[in-house]
This record gives sequence, C-alpha cells and structure tokens, in this order.
Amino acid sequence: MSTPLLEIRNATKIYGGGFLQSGEKVVALQDFSMTIPDKPAVITTIAGESGSGKTTLASTILGFIGLTSGQILYKGKDIANLKGTDLLGYRRQVQAVFQDPYEVYNPFYRVKHIYDMVVSHLNLASSKAEARELIEQSLHVVGLRGEEVLEKYPHQLSGGQRQRIMVARAYMMKPSLIVADEPVSAVDASLRAMILDVMIRLRDEAGISFLYITHDLSTAYQIGDNIYVLYQGGIAERGRTVNVIENPKHPYVQMLINSVPVPDPKVKWTTQLEGVADESLRATVGGGCRFYSRCPSRMDRCAKTRPPLYEIQDADQQAACYLYEK
Amino acid sequence: MTTQRNGVLFHSDPAKKEVVLDVRNLRIHYETPRGSVIAVNGISFKVYRGEIVGLVGESGCGKTTAAMGILQLVQSPGRILGGEIRINDKNLLDLSEQQLRERRWRDLALIPQGAMNSLNPVMKVREQIADAITTHEGSQPKNKLKQRILDLFGLVGLPARVYDQYPHELSGGMKQRVCIAMAIALSPPLIIADEPTSALDVVVQRVIAQTLLDVKNRLGVSMILIGHDMGLQAQLVNRIIVMYAGNIVEVTPVGPAFEKPLHPYTQLLIASIPSIKERKPLKITEGITHDLRNPPPGCIFQFRCPYVKDVCLKVVPPLLEEEPEHFVACHLYAKEGQEV
Repeated sequence: MSTPLLEIRNATKIYGGGFLQSGEKVVALQDFSMTIPDKPAVITTIAGESGSGKTTLASTILGFIGLTSGQILYKGKDIANLKGTDLLGYRRQVQAVFQDPYEVYNPFYRVKHIYDMVVSHLNLASSKAEARELIEQSLHVVGLRGEEVLEKYPHQLSGGQRQRIMVARAYMMKPSLIVADEPVSAVDASLRAMILDVMIRLRDEAGISFLYITHDLSTAYQIGDNIYVLYQGGIAERGRTVNVIENPKHPYVQMLINSVPVPDPKVKWTTQLEGVADESLRATVGGGCRFYSRCPSRMDRCAKTRPPLYEIQDADQQAACYLYEK
Repeated sequence: MTTQRNGVLFHSDPAKKEVVLDVRNLRIHYETPRGSVIAVNGISFKVYRGEIVGLVGESGCGKTTAAMGILQLVQSPGRILGGEIRINDKNLLDLSEQQLRERRWRDLALIPQGAMNSLNPVMKVREQIADAITTHEGSQPKNKLKQRILDLFGLVGLPARVYDQYPHELSGGMKQRVCIAMAIALSPPLIIADEPTSALDVVVQRVIAQTLLDVKNRLGVSMILIGHDMGLQAQLVNRIIVMYAGNIVEVTPVGPAFEKPLHPYTQLLIASIPSIKERKPLKITEGITHDLRNPPPGCIFQFRCPYVKDVCLKVVPPLLEEEPEHFVACHLYAKEGQEV
C-alpha cells in the first residue's frame, strides 16, 4: 500500500488546564485516528454536532493549533516537524474553505486582490497575462467568469458566488487536499447544491481530495465517500458514507439519523424521544463511553471503560460500542 | 377539543375558522443613505386559531422583519410604512407604546431567534418568568406564582429543579424550553417562533419541536414558525407562507407545498432539500437576487425564474387562489382570458 495522503494517529487535543493546572480541562479531540488515501481522490466527511471537536480537527490539520499528543502525517511526514520549503509546500497543497463567506473577505479590496496575493506569494505566474490566464481558468472551474467578479467588491456578490470564489482560490494552487469547514451552512438552500457540485467535480476532474466538515448529515449523505461521525471528540462510527447513513450501528448515530426531520409532511417522526434533560453533560478525560448518559442500551461496563472501534461484519464500517464486540 | 388552563377556555375546531391574526398590506423599509431597502413589500395573511403557519424563505427575504413588524419591534433604520395588524379587531399599529406593552406578551408572544441567549444571565429562571407574569398581571401571592411556574415547566417538560437555577446551569435545549415556558406564561392566543431550533443539535431540535407541538395541541394556541429548514416545517406546520425578496409568492397547506408546489421559487426550494433517505444528483440553480433597493418592474423572481416570459418583466403577478386554500403569485397560472 502506498503512503496515504493524510494520516492522523491518535490525535488528542486538550484545551485549558493551563496556569498551574487550575482551569477546567476540555477534551476537544480524543485519540482520533483517520486515513485519507493518496489515490483516488475522495471526499471524507467529518460529521458531528457543535462541540464534537470537528473544527478543532480542521484547525490542527491546517496547522493553526498543535496537538496535545498524537501525530498528523502528510505523505508520511509529521506536519509538526515541517520546516522551510517543506512547510511552504504543505501550506500550498492543503487548502481551506471556511464556513462564513462574508467574513473571510477584506471589504476594502476588490476580489482580484485575493488572487493577485496568491499569485505573487507563491510565484505561480511569470507574467501578468499568465496570471490572468490562471485566474480565469480557476474561476471557470467553479462556473464563474473573470469579468463578472474580479473587479467587484465582496459586498456586490451573493453568498454563493463568494463561496465559489474561495473554492477557486484554493483550486488555483493545485492542492491535493481541501479542508472545507461547513462550506455550505451559511449559504441559502437553493444555492447549496451548486457548491457541493463544485466539490464533486474537483474531486473527479482535478483529483483533489476533500475533508468535508459538517453537522448536516443530509448533505454528507449526498456527496461524501467516507464518513467519520464524532461524538464529544471521539469517533462514534466510521465507514462508507452510504453504509453509515443507511445502516447506522452506534446508538448515537442511530438517534442522530432518526432525528433528522424528513421533508415530507406524510412521514412524521414516529417515536417520542425521551427527554434528554442533561444533554450538555460533557465527560472529562478518561472515564467510560461518552454517550453513556444518553444511551438507550447502556451497560454497566460502558461507564467504566471506553469502547474501542469494533468492525461491523461484511461492511467497511466500525462503531465504538460494546454492542458490536465479537 | 377544549382545554382549560388558568381559567381561560380555548376552543379549537378546524371546521370553524377563527382568525387570530390578520395582517394587511404590511410594508417595512430599511432606510439607507442610498435609498430604502424594501424588506417587506405589502404582505397580507391571516393566522387561524389552533394552527401552525410556517413562514419560509432564504435569508434576507424579510421573514424575520415581517415577524418583528407584527410585534412592532422593528429596529431602526427599519420603519413600518403602512398596513394593518389586527388582533381581536384592534389594529396594533394604532396603539400607543404604553398600550402596546400591555398587549404584547398577552396577545402575542415571541420566541426569539437564538432564544437561549435572550435570558438574563444574572437572574434565576424563576425570577425571569415571574417578572413576565407580574408585569402584566400585577403582584400575586408567592406560592400561587410558584405553582403556576411549575405548571408551566410541566407543560414544556422541564424538571422542577430548574426553578432555582441560573441560565448558565442549563443546556441549550433547556434554555430554549424556558423561553417557550415564558412565551406561554400569559396564555397568548398567538406565539411567533423565530427559528426556534437553529443552533441546537438535531436530537435536541427534535425534542424542542415535539415540545412546541405538544404545547400547541394542549393549549390550542396558534403559532407562526419562521425557519428555512423545510424538513422541520414538514414535521410541524399546517400551512406554509413562502416569501421571496419581501413578497409573499405562495400560501399553501403543507401537503401541496411539498407534493405540488406551484410557484417556481417554491419548486426550487423543495427540489433543493438534501434528502437523507435517497441519494440523488444535485439540482443546480444559478442566480442572484436583485438589489432590494431597486426592485425590477414586474415579477420579483424574474432574474432567477426558469419560466420567465415577457409579461413577467412588466406586470406584478397578483396572489390568486389557484386551488382551494392554495394561493400563488405567478403569471404561469393566469386564467384564460384574464387580464394580466
């Protein structure tokens, strides 16, 4: 097997507990492992609710914050030890698209400025004409035209256009991975499909892998290849997206998928949910299964030790639950 | 169904439609140095007793502004230019600020967007609810008030211990339920809920949605549910009002809204809902909303409409009843020989 594009080994990130260990510790990511293969390009979804650690994961991959323990390997090299040209190369090959297409722009600059910055910083072009050619080509990939947007200011563009401009900017550097943190949650429903479609096309036509971070299981189901469902910093379940959504195994994932409101007035929620009085309960370091307090099928042992990931038979799927112990 | 609570009788009989709220030609503009942004452009609708009406549309279509207009809580530079908001045959726009304050929580209550952040962090939950009650009804014996608050907790599924807690001790879902309890404290006939479940995870969202349904069924109140989550709308509402760029483009019972939407914008909205039951190709649409300061003549949806005709560029389509109880503002449905 060739070296994976990105491999995360036992990543743990603990916030707080800083000065004289007085503060309360929050485990944002616990013992998280993940692999994105080198070829072919895939869309890997990280799904989870607010507080599940998905944005922390994105920030560690992008190098904004360091891990408390564990490793992130890019093409076999630990990103924490990258220096000089290697680091520059990593930053070029791993790009980001963020949640809010309104806040990532500097309102005083025209759209063109974003591209010019990239071209000059990374020496992508030797002449103005070549730069323009490159920019046009990138915009074309996301379905925009240079004359439509380049001379405009950000406030003159719609949310969907802004987000596509960001995707085009990321694409221009010919990255191998784009980390997209909730790229469509601030975009209107009617324009969401357009951005998701760009992601699919970049995967198929340009061979760019995506790490698609979202809380929305419906869009994850529509476009993802593999999925990792996080619960309070740990993997609850992982596998092929289609398998996990259509046939979830972990009690948390089952509860999650049953709760997604069906857009059909004839299909109502069938069961009443038990009140989740202490839904914000957050486990501290160690302890048992983090879903224990809310789990309908909890056992005594779940409170004591955390279940590892168990293989589900006949499916490329794993769930962190003792129900699937062999 | 008849329910009795706090000595007030509520009747809900679907056959006999009693109007609780009648909005007529409401117009709200936001004044800017470069002209007025037309946020709500003369909308009219009714809400009947015991029903939940969904108010949907994309961000910026004016749905929250319309709701704030009904409560007359539009923030400057927003301004209500005209129209009528009738509750109990009284036009709220004619009332003084003092009279309004008296009517507000009693006639219609609001569950605001991000309601959990609207609680006062330094007041215990019991004080905040008691505050709402005593402001409107005058001071009351303490034990009576406590019993009443605990009854409210029972209705929204909160444990009694919340009575003595501060908001920061509660989870997002519980805070949201406190807000619902406050909204029904004075038994208003109408509650406006502005995206009551956004910012909550889907499991908690479902619990809150069920609490809202439960409250509606037990108390017979009417609700306006503002939101853009069509799945949630399908689960909760009886009728849907679709807004686009400050105008109502379609008013329909919930069934046809999903099965047979008439307006091209509603069709687009329904078609773009991602499904969790079926993996299907994405439906792509292009388009940009016009500048709200300068709406084009004719239909407001003309720039994005796939069926645009000459007439759409000139004449504003009226909201007409195409099928029983199903209204649509679109030239596609102009009758034979009808002047358009």
